[in-house]
Amino acid sequence: MATSDAVTVPRGDIAAALRAVLPEDCLLSRPEERRPYECDALTAFRELPAVVALPRTEEEVLRILLTCNRLGVPLVARGSGTGLSGGATPHAGGVLLSCARMNRVLAIDPDNRIARLEPGVPNLRISELAAAHGLFYAPDPSSQVACSIGGNVAENSGGVHCLKYGLTVHNVLGVRGFTIQGERIELGALGGALDSPGSLDLLALVTGSEGLLMVVTEVAVKLMPRPPRAQLVVGCFASVHDAADAVAAIIAGGIIPAALEMMDRKATVAVEPFVHAGYDLEAEATLLVESDGTREEVDDQVREIEGVLRKCGASGIRIAGSDAERQRLWSGRKNAFPAAGRMAPDYYCMDGTIPRKHVGRVLDAIGGMEARYGLPCLNVFHAGDGNLHPVIMFDSNRAGDWEKADRFGAEILELCIEVGGTITGEHGVGLEKLGGMCVQFSPAERAAFAAVKETFDPDGLLNPGKLIPTLARCAEYGRMHVRGGALPHPELPRF
Amino acid sequence: MSGDDEAVLEEWRARIAAAGAARAPLRLRGSGTKDFYGEALAGEVLDLTAWSGIVDYEPSELVITARCGTRLSELEAALETRGQFLAFEPPGFDADPTIGGVIAAGLSGPRRPFAGAARDFVLGVRLLTGGGELLGFGGRVMKNVAGFDISRLLCGSLGILGVITEVSLKVVPRPREEQTVRLEMTAADAVAAFNRWSAKPLPLSAAAWSEGVALLRLSGAAPSVRAARESIGGERMDDDAASEWWQSLRHCRLPHFSAATLWRISLPPAAPPLALSATPLIDWGGALRWYADPDPGADVRKLALAAGGTALCWRGAALHGRFHPLTPAVARLHQRLKERFDPLGILNPGRLLAAL
Repeated sequence: MATSDAVTVPRGDIAAALRAVLPEDCLLSRPEERRPYECDALTAFRELPAVVALPRTEEEVLRILLTCNRLGVPLVARGSGTGLSGGATPHAGGVLLSCARMNRVLAIDPDNRIARLEPGVPNLRISELAAAHGLFYAPDPSSQVACSIGGNVAENSGGVHCLKYGLTVHNVLGVRGFTIQGERIELGALGGALDSPGSLDLLALVTGSEGLLMVVTEVAVKLMPRPPRAQLVVGCFASVHDAADAVAAIIAGGIIPAALEMMDRKATVAVEPFVHAGYDLEAEATLLVESDGTREEVDDQVREIEGVLRKCGASGIRIAGSDAERQRLWSGRKNAFPAAGRMAPDYYCMDGTIPRKHVGRVLDAIGGMEARYGLPCLNVFHAGDGNLHPVIMFDSNRAGDWEKADRFGAEILELCIEVGGTITGEHGVGLEKLGGMCVQFSPAERAAFAAVKETFDPDGLLNPGKLIPTLARCAEYGRMHVRGGALPHPELPRF
Repeated sequence: MSGDDEAVLEEWRARIAAAGAARAPLRLRGSGTKDFYGEALAGEVLDLTAWSGIVDYEPSELVITARCGTRLSELEAALETRGQFLAFEPPGFDADPTIGGVIAAGLSGPRRPFAGAARDFVLGVRLLTGGGELLGFGGRVMKNVAGFDISRLLCGSLGILGVITEVSLKVVPRPREEQTVRLEMTAADAVAAFNRWSAKPLPLSAAAWSEGVALLRLSGAAPSVRAARESIGGERMDDDAASEWWQSLRHCRLPHFSAATLWRISLPPAAPPLALSATPLIDWGGALRWYADPDPGADVRKLALAAGGTALCWRGAALHGRFHPLTPAVARLHQRLKERFDPLGILNPGRLLAAL
């Protein structure tokens, strides 16, 4: 579907202006060259950008920005295109700036335990290089082989280890880059200092800003000591409610595991034929609880986790007997999305986060929605964080299926807000969740987001149309989705 | 929330509106423990202590939500009963700050390099802006990327964008075991050793150096703390004495902090000692260095900048303001944010930056 307005500045003019300031091989302008950039991993939204620019240096990025600013042309920055919310969907009349060639590792500094990186460096590469010093970069989105650190900063990406190690925002120490007007800014500290009091925390504001505020050309991240050991405990439960209670009991018991994930039976049944992990397919819910650290820490924690799972009525407990077995058990979790892809032509992954105490209730409600919409949905998620990832399966070639999936997803997100949660825990708003933003935030709060946007980008050229819904968009969403013209449950506080 | 309670917020809103109409600045104040901190105070006091109390606390969610006037002691006592705590160890100095003040100042204690800073634990806020709007950002869940992260933007903002009326914070389980060891060494050796240890999977929760002695705090499961203590060596301190020492460091009550001129310098943790004759007190595993009475005439700010950090004049006469100056481009972003959230410029003017 088309997502942005028609071209305003002629495409030829944009290309000519960029050609005047960039080497020829930095630009892609033929349709077949631009085609690979038409979407990110949310493929339901596609748009062909007017021009694709592939700068190699900070100076080239600056020239692209200044050119766009002068011509009033929208600019969308893109990392590896693995985002799931349409945050990198191009603008039809704009430039798509790919950071793929800005992929140099500027420094690995083991003394200060930081890495300095260009934005196109793949997430996993950081840990691979840091390993020589016994260090690693903690945030590990499931796309970490491909996703870039620049994209991670834009989306404030998470991963399975957030509960213990935090999100991107907790692991980035500084960024530098440019505003659309070409002003060079450095936020936080790039050399390893931990704070800079006496200023507003613009680094936090930019992290997760989905490319609406600035273009980042360098990122400094924190490296941590690599835990020498990891052990996985698998707990099987007769109901998702029991499993959810066990999650709460682990945390209330003072245990913060490295990862605490849940898969429902639909998910284990879907992945088992592919990974042969030996999941208990009778169990309604399977918990994967990982402990990492020193031998003493892990032994101690595994004993405690086992005790809590047993007390919470686990029907089966399994401790990985070898690293190979641990990897196999994890691969089922990590391959849940591809498995969904094999079960249905298309799948749609949601990302709401809720207070953990409502996990059972929300999963029950999702079960009810499956029946109503006639679409299957499996659940694999970050139980420790309350971050759900319902995967709705559908067939976009079947008339009405995408609309049903879209509506199903929106209903899940509205429920997340209703129980005190949020529409997105780690995937971002992008284009996809603009409707949800209308429900989660009041007009005044959305106006505050718009004000922040204007602070950095007064002409609205950076990634326009994402993250902040317009008033018209919210009015439209209200007509489509909200029954009786009122917000659902207006008596509830929105957070 | 009862009607009477709501009246407090209504009253503040009216005060802000009146102040705006009169262009008369308001000075936001909780307990006043940080009156000394930041640039000069200006305006009539708007006392924020009346809006207090813990709104929601469920240990299994690892989240506590409290109104801005809630005293840190009340909040910490509630957490203590459930074996949890605020891992960023906010300083209270000589009294009992409000949680609103703690977040508005954004300062963190000795655990900061190992557990995270105040801003890392902020999950959501409610904000009363200079325009009198009551807004909510973030939430009460661990992961939330809906909209710009205005909650964290407010941490350390010193009230220049609005009144933080309520805050939701991530809390964590208190470590089962805590032990401190002391080792005699020079400042330079301590910085090197701290960074060596910090790169290893040791359960460190604080690393400081003062007057020829390095102190390392180990926190976690008992077997892991024991193993780490054996590998580090040194002399184990009495638990009560150690706890008191770390509290004194956290609240800046050690003798070092009473100097007439005191600089707080934030540096890359492995930075070599600065070219100053004064001996620093070192915290944060090397990343925070306190210089008391440095050589008169020394350009502390320039030295800090050259070493990759920033210098804050904590006490004493500072030329050109207390904080490290911002670049013009970043200062302009501050200016525009201030204009958006406090268009009449009446909330804590000049407290963060003299020009705002």
